[in-house]
Amino acid sequence: MDFYNRLMNLDRRWVYLVVGIAVIIPVLNPFRVPVFVTQEVRSIYDFVESLEPGDIMFLAIDYDPQAMAEVHPMARAIMRQCFAKDVKLIISALSQNGPGMAEQLISEVAREFGKKSGIDYCYLGYKPYFGLVILAMGQNFRIPFPEDYYGVPLDSLPMMRDVRNYDDVKGVVDISSGNITDAWIIYGNGRYDVKLAIGVTGVMTANYYPYLASGQIFGLMGGLKGASEYEALSKQGDRAIKMMSIQTTAHIVIVLFIVAGNIGYFMSRKKNKK
Amino acid sequence: MDLGTIIWNTIALFLTVCIFSFLYKDNPFYKFAEHLVVGVSAGYFAIILFYNGFVPKVWIPVTTRGEWWYLLPAILGVMTWTRFSKKWAWISRFSIAFYMGIAVGVALPLEMQQRVVKQLHATMLPVHFMDIQGFWNLLIILGVLCGLVYFFFSVEHKGAVGGAARLGIWILMIGFGAGFGLTVMGRISLLADRIQFMREWYLMVTQALWGA
Repeated sequence: MDFYNRLMNLDRRWVYLVVGIAVIIPVLNPFRVPVFVTQEVRSIYDFVESLEPGDIMFLAIDYDPQAMAEVHPMARAIMRQCFAKDVKLIISALSQNGPGMAEQLISEVAREFGKKSGIDYCYLGYKPYFGLVILAMGQNFRIPFPEDYYGVPLDSLPMMRDVRNYDDVKGVVDISSGNITDAWIIYGNGRYDVKLAIGVTGVMTANYYPYLASGQIFGLMGGLKGASEYEALSKQGDRAIKMMSIQTTAHIVIVLFIVAGNIGYFMSRKKNKK
Repeated sequence: MDLGTIIWNTIALFLTVCIFSFLYKDNPFYKFAEHLVVGVSAGYFAIILFYNGFVPKVWIPVTTRGEWWYLLPAILGVMTWTRFSKKWAWISRFSIAFYMGIAVGVALPLEMQQRVVKQLHATMLPVHFMDIQGFWNLLIILGVLCGLVYFFFSVEHKGAVGGAARLGIWILMIGFGAGFGLTVMGRISLLADRIQFMREWYLMVTQALWGA
């Protein structure tokens, strides 16, 4: 078997090994890569920056723990930016395995900024059938969530006293790893004209650019790159920024493998023709 | 750092290594971790659903407020379980039909508006050559039209139609390429996070053991 055919039949475990090494090297020898901010991420940052102290924003934490690597830094950075500006937050977690994880993040960031549940933020938690929950919240948050996550009636929370529905919040930022984002676009924006921005996993990103172009969403953060851009803008955390060096080395290796694989394919096809 | 955190993180590390072992070949450690994550997710979801769905929407209204009509949707829900019996499976069709009717009624007008009408509207753009935006608008219109021509099978893809379909497939390929690139980024993010976690575990354990 000649070199090109051997290249074509390379055991995939060698690929895993080389990618693994490419990921480990920047972890052991950290370095920074420049982060270039795109307009779709800047729009979200500018929106949060434009809010006044006391304004209310809705943050939807709609992902499960398996997507934490990509979207958790987005949620953390936005939450920290809001709390730093004294913007109040209403938070929901409509992905079934996410409410505990969301609570952990909220209490951690709230403790850091000295924020109190019911006064500075209201964590609604989870209710099944996200589409119906999003629709019902458009009428009144109390329909799907008569109580917050901790079992306290919404009417007894100071920050929720004059808050009924989406009309009382400045906008919604949905951080998601699944089709809850579609429900926010279709029901939240479509039915109630909610001002909506989204943060999604890398796999999902390409699917949501048409909604950005049509103006149905005003901002989009895609995967770890989007998270790193937001961290760079808001200066709230640097976990995603740190991981971009790992992305860079891994991507270089993958591109080299793709090039080598294509060379092997074309050369072996040429030889086989002869 | 307390002992509990170290123990839980060590278990997490062990499970991470179990999952990574599949990269070499399938093995009992991988199977164990895979079954554990499926079981834990299903169990967690069942409990969350019970306490956030059944208890506030059925149990409390019926038992504390005497609102017995909340039992009606619960009965419809129970009826779907008849699918497990060949003899009684037909009963489940009533609840599925009810659910489908509501879901379609709620979703269809909004889906049409958000996914079709607004997206069509977004492609009706002014074409001009005064600035670069006019060129991008033309590219979007051409891309959409050529992409649609590729899926139009009532006319043979020859001549002008064939050319448009060929351009359409190129545009689709560029879209798939962007999707693939972003997917690779997503998967590498997950790997990077686990490697970062391993490093943090190592630092935590060495600090706990030797205070360094």
